[in-house]
Amino acid sequence: MVITLNGEEETVKGPITLFELLAEKRLKPESVVVELNLDIIDKDKLHDIKIRERDVIEILRFVGGG
Amino acid sequence: MDDYLEIGGRKFTNRLFTGTGKYPSDELIPDIINASGSEVITVALRRVDMDSETDNVMKHIPEHIQLLPNTSGARNASEAVRIAKLARAAGCGNWIKIEVISDNKYLLPDGHETVKATEILAKDGFVVLPYINPDFIIAKQLVSAGAAAVMPLGAPIGTNRGLQTREMIQILIDEIPLPIVVDAGIGKPSHACEAMEMGAAACLVNTAIASADNPVVMARAFSNAIKAGRDAYLSGMGVVHQLARASSPLTGFLRDA
Repeated sequence: MVITLNGEEETVKGPITLFELLAEKRLKPESVVVELNLDIIDKDKLHDIKIRERDVIEILRFVGGG
Repeated sequence: MDDYLEIGGRKFTNRLFTGTGKYPSDELIPDIINASGSEVITVALRRVDMDSETDNVMKHIPEHIQLLPNTSGARNASEAVRIAKLARAAGCGNWIKIEVISDNKYLLPDGHETVKATEILAKDGFVVLPYINPDFIIAKQLVSAGAAAVMPLGAPIGTNRGLQTREMIQILIDEIPLPIVVDAGIGKPSHACEAMEMGAAACLVNTAIASADNPVVMARAFSNAIKAGRDAYLSGMGVVHQLARASSPLTGFLRDA
């Protein structure tokens, strides 16, 4: 299925949870924050939520800034 | 002397806030924090770059540090609110530096949108430190909106030009019942020292430290300058006179008849 991940269209093999998506991207849940269709997802919900066709997902982390 | 800065229910003894942007390597950050003695550190929130093994800045920041994420990239209040909520969800506390910028040339903050975002986020339990032009009216509105401190700029971001807005900052220091943290434009330790002599509660420095040939030594220099300026302010500086006043007693014995 096709999703929008950090602004880019991407095809992922489904069904897959948000937690599994992070694992696929080699990202640790504790080091990022996930937004699904503009809703912030609690870290303990990442296991429960399955990605759906056309979902818009943002994965963010802290970087250096002033 | 028992002198501390209190913001959002936390007490700090160090009055230099340090930014973590623009360093040649994030590996320098622990040494910068050490040399500056900073207890408040700013960070930004960005999309993870899926194509590169991007570093996680958090691993370089000790746990006792108060993180101050900014909303850089926000062009209006609702974008700032969205970034603030994401930053809080990332699990690093409820402090937020509101930075709403829609002007790409001078990077000057939008006061009206900043007040709106401050009001929403303060009601939502955030400790809000808004970055503004040193505008007395906007600052008063920020007090009503629930800001925890006010962060006026000395000069445009990253210019290292010092306290170009000195007179306006002084008005905020004199009139606003919140800590005034001078942010942006401070280019040299002497600029920071002057802000502290004027009665600023703290300074936030990033570019001036990060762009020095030796950022660690510059972090120490800023820390010393801020302590000196604070001590000078607390000591009650002497009056400025137009004409000379002798420091040594003029006994006049050489000309005694």
